[in-house]
Parts: sequence; C-alpha cells; structure tokens
Amino acid sequence: MEKTVKRRTRTQDVIRQLRKNKTAMFGMGMMLVIFILCAGAPLFAPHDPNDSDLYRGNRPGFWSSDHIPGFWLGTDYLGRDILSRILYGGRVTLSVGFVALGFALVMGVILGLVSGYFGGLADNLIMRFVDILFAFPALLLALVIAGTLAQRYPDVSRITWSMVAIGIVYTPQMARVMRGAVLVIKETEYIEAEHAIGSSTWRIIFKHVLPNSLAPIIVYSTLMLATAILDAAALGFLGVGAQAPSPEWGLSLSIARKYLISGVWWAATFPGIAILLSVLSLNLLGDGLRDALDPRLKGGAKL
Amino acid sequence: MTLLEIQELKKYFNIGGGLLKKPDILKAVDNVSFKIEEGEILGLVGESGCGKTTCGKTILKIYEPDSGKIIYRGDDITNLSRSEMRKYRKKMSIIYQDPFGSLDPRMTIGGIISEPMEVHNLYSKREREKKVIELMEKVGLTSEQINRYPHEFSGGQRQRIGIARALAVNPEFIVADEPVSALDVSIQAQILNLMQDLQKEFGFTCLFITHDLSVIKHICDRVAVMYVGKIVEIAPKKELFTNPKHPYTEALLSAVPVPNPKIKRKEIILEGDVPSPINPPSGCRFHERCFKKIGEVCETKEPELKKVGKGHYVACHLY
Repeated sequence: MEKTVKRRTRTQDVIRQLRKNKTAMFGMGMMLVIFILCAGAPLFAPHDPNDSDLYRGNRPGFWSSDHIPGFWLGTDYLGRDILSRILYGGRVTLSVGFVALGFALVMGVILGLVSGYFGGLADNLIMRFVDILFAFPALLLALVIAGTLAQRYPDVSRITWSMVAIGIVYTPQMARVMRGAVLVIKETEYIEAEHAIGSSTWRIIFKHVLPNSLAPIIVYSTLMLATAILDAAALGFLGVGAQAPSPEWGLSLSIARKYLISGVWWAATFPGIAILLSVLSLNLLGDGLRDALDPRLKGGAKL
Repeated sequence: MTLLEIQELKKYFNIGGGLLKKPDILKAVDNVSFKIEEGEILGLVGESGCGKTTCGKTILKIYEPDSGKIIYRGDDITNLSRSEMRKYRKKMSIIYQDPFGSLDPRMTIGGIISEPMEVHNLYSKREREKKVIELMEKVGLTSEQINRYPHEFSGGQRQRIGIARALAVNPEFIVADEPVSALDVSIQAQILNLMQDLQKEFGFTCLFITHDLSVIKHICDRVAVMYVGKIVEIAPKKELFTNPKHPYTEALLSAVPVPNPKIKRKEIILEGDVPSPINPPSGCRFHERCFKKIGEVCETKEPELKKVGKGHYVACHLY
C-alpha cells in the first residue's frame, strides 16, 4: 500500500502563503490596529470629539511648545481634539466603505451568478446594464446618486445614501468578476456530473457553483475595499456624504482645507494620514491575498 | 432482454459562426443505432475525437440529442424534460475519464458519494452514512477517509471515489467514459478488476467507452467500433478479435501489442489522418484510408450495417 503523505488543504495553503508574505501581514496588522482603535473610540479617545472651545482653537500638537497638554495632535478651528475626531471619524468613514462594499458584493454575486449561470437573455440584460453603469466615471456617478437621493429623501441620513451610492457604483465590477468565475466553474466536469445525477438547478448553483467561484471575488473585494473607503472620504469631502459636525475624515479634511493657508496644517494632515494608512494597509493585504491565491506565483516569483 | 436501445441517434455541434458567418456543423454522433442487453458490458471503441464520449453523454441526455430515439426499457426518453428525466437519473449514472476534474474540490468524499442519494431523497441520513461507508469499502477505500477532500487522493483513489458515486443510487445502467485512460497501467488493472467484480455483484449494465483494445478484451462482452461519428462494426468480443470484418477494425487490432514476440503478424499501418467530423468524407467515411477499397461505390454510397454472422454487423461494401 502506498503511504499517504499528509497534504494541506487549499485554505491552509493560502493561509501559509499569506503568512510568508511580510508586507501582507504588515497590512493586515495595520488594518486590525486601525479597526480596533476606531471601533473602540470611546475607550481610546482622550476627549469628546464634539467638545469645542473657541479659546483653544487652531492650536498645534506635541511638536510645538505652544501645545495644550492632552491634545496630542492639536485642535481644529473650533478647538476640538483632532486625535479624538480621527478615531470617531474612522467609525463613519470605515463603516461607509465596509457597508458599501458589502452591498456591492452581495449585488455583484447575485447578478454575476444569474448572468453567468443562466446566460442568454438574462446575461445580456444584466451585462448591458452593467456596461451602462461602467460608462460613467465611478466617483461622478456616486456623487450624482448620493446627491439626488439626499435631495429626494432628506429625512434619511446622508451617510446612508453615500453607502448606497458607492455600493451601486461598485456593483458592476463585482458582477463582472463573479460572472467570469461562474462561467469557468459552470463548464467543469463536476458540474456536469451533477446534471447527470439529476440535481436541481438551485442545488447546483448554491451547493456547487457558488462556493467554487467565490475566491476571485473575495480577493477583489479586499482591493476594492480600499477604494471604497477612499470614495467614502471623497463624498464627505465634496459635501454629499456626512454633514458637519460629523468627524468623518473626508469632511474634516474639507473643512480644515480653509485653514491651511493660515498655517494650520495639522488639522488637514492627520485625517489625510488616517485615510492613507487605511487604504495602504488594505492594498498591501489585498495584493498579498491575490498572490497567495494564485498558485503560479508560489514561492515568490521574482522578475 | 434489451435494456437500452438507440435508434439513429444524432448529435451535432455548431462550431464558430457569428452574425454574418454560418457556423460549421460538427457531426459528433451521426446516425448511430445499437442495443444494449441487460447485464452486459458493451465496449465502445474508437480513436480520439470519433464521438464515443459524445455518444455516451447523449444517451444519458447530458447533451440533448438532435434526432433519433433513446429507448430505455421500452420507454422513449428522448424528449423528456429535465424534471421528467429525474426518475431515470436514479437508474443510470456515469463514471468520468478525468479523476481530477469530475469531483467537486470543496466537498468531502462522504459528501460526494452521498450526493446522488441526497438528490433523490433515498434513505434516511443515518442509512446514507452507512451506505457511504459500505460503498467506500467496496471500492477499496477506508472509512477513515470519509472526511478527506479529493485533492488528498491519488488518481487511482479518486477514480474509486467516482465509481462509488456512480454506484450510490444502485443504478441499472452505467456509462463508463474511459475510466482508466488517465491512470497508470498498474492502477488500470486494479480499477478494471474492481469494475468487473462490482459488475458481478451489482449486476449493472455498462457502456464502456475506451480507445484501448486491451481494456476492451479484458472487460467487455460485446464491442462496437466507431469511426468519425458512425458505428462501423459491432460484434461479440471473441468474434471481433478473431474474425474482424471491417478494414478499420483489422487495422486497429493489428496495432494491439502482443506479449509473445515470436508470433508473426502482419501490421497494417493506415495512411493519412482521421478526417474531420466537420466535413466528413462522402460515401464510406473510411474510404480515403482504406486498404481494401473496392471502387467508386466506397466514395459515393454510405454503407449500411449488415449482418455477417451471429450478432455480428458490419458497415462495409465488401460484404
């Protein structure tokens, strides 16, 4: 009898590859730190993010002799603590990014499954609709959707509408990635075997096609999450997302911009760095995940 | 008793084509008729691309036939819908050629083998579990392997999993689509012997598709020889191997290696390539390569299957 060698499952293999990738692990670590700090903002923030005091407005942070003790990153024009506002603001910006991406992911998976598996008329309708959405620049489309919806339904929070807008804008890309994966899986012999057994269409789709075609879209989502967060901040910056006095990063940046000229660089720089670090960490993680899932890059192919 | 009868079965595929260009028609299975008796193993042999696999899959209605009839135990199943086919799916199954592509990589072996039973709501959950272990042991796997994934197995072991899955619903009819072609010769023998034992035990009828005449010689009762979408000769195994009638069969048999080097035999080497099934030659499809061609009739008239002996039919103008 042949001796069976203990082999790794595919998931274990991916995790192993990912752990070998130092930049990806760094990205994941950074993302976790940011996530924990923002989620636990009430615990970590030294001040109330909306506690204003005009007497201490526009004061620099620890690098200057002029700083107020306890306000490490300085204060904004209303005298609010910038560090606390960044921690609280992350809750808004990151959750807009996450929820929007989740929305796009769910919609994309459903549309991609239907159009890839059934083909024909459904495929044509869905893909042409997707093409139309693709024809517009993403951010511009998100701006129009968020702006229009907020005008039409002023009772609903603008943050909700920016989530919906970003979600809609990202759906087409998700649907295309999913459709491509489904087209490949649909033609495999094990799916044909299911037809031969007599499995119902729903059973084939949910038990066999769906789990086998999720890998590419998961990787893609990690990369898109970074862009979604950036877009969330951009909508805030452009004024269709969160409204003052929300500490949302994009909005903070937008307001602080006016004081840059008078030398108050810290009020704009630190929210900017927060956006940068979140996007960077997710990009590093996404890149690593993509490499780990692609067996051709195993062992770290170098060019 | 006849289990399955195929009458003038045709399966064409459209190749290429676009808005303004008419697609080419690939005649994968062109007017094929034969019967399979209950309990026998019928070998279907032919070169790569001659339509053997398409024929097998069309019989199971994995591909919809373009015309012709498939009669299963007297019922015409040719035009049954997907849901109407369900009750027949319990009675027939397929073993695939590729032991790597035919098992869902995200399911455990237990899941794969019990899948057909779940689909047809056979047995309770506990009974299914018992049945899975029983099947695994029958095909030479151990019950501890039930929670493993397909990639943890070797090719031969995976083929055993495929066989266990095919047997799970206790089918009357199995299409074995080159089940040993992807395996090493030593493993081939194991799997063939296993299939023979299982056939004796379960008594299923089998359409055994292969390109390997040694395999046919080992396992089949009757043999049908296919060439570019058509059956050219069909005969009981012994008769075919000792008394081949069609020139193509003769050529195929002469290519089978013989263990004893002292036996002298004439080797027939065919000239030219297998013609494309997109534009098959007129008349007899073999006429371009035939070494016994008798004249114009071969090029113009398509030969019909004619009876030349007991259960021995051949499609050639020589007879």
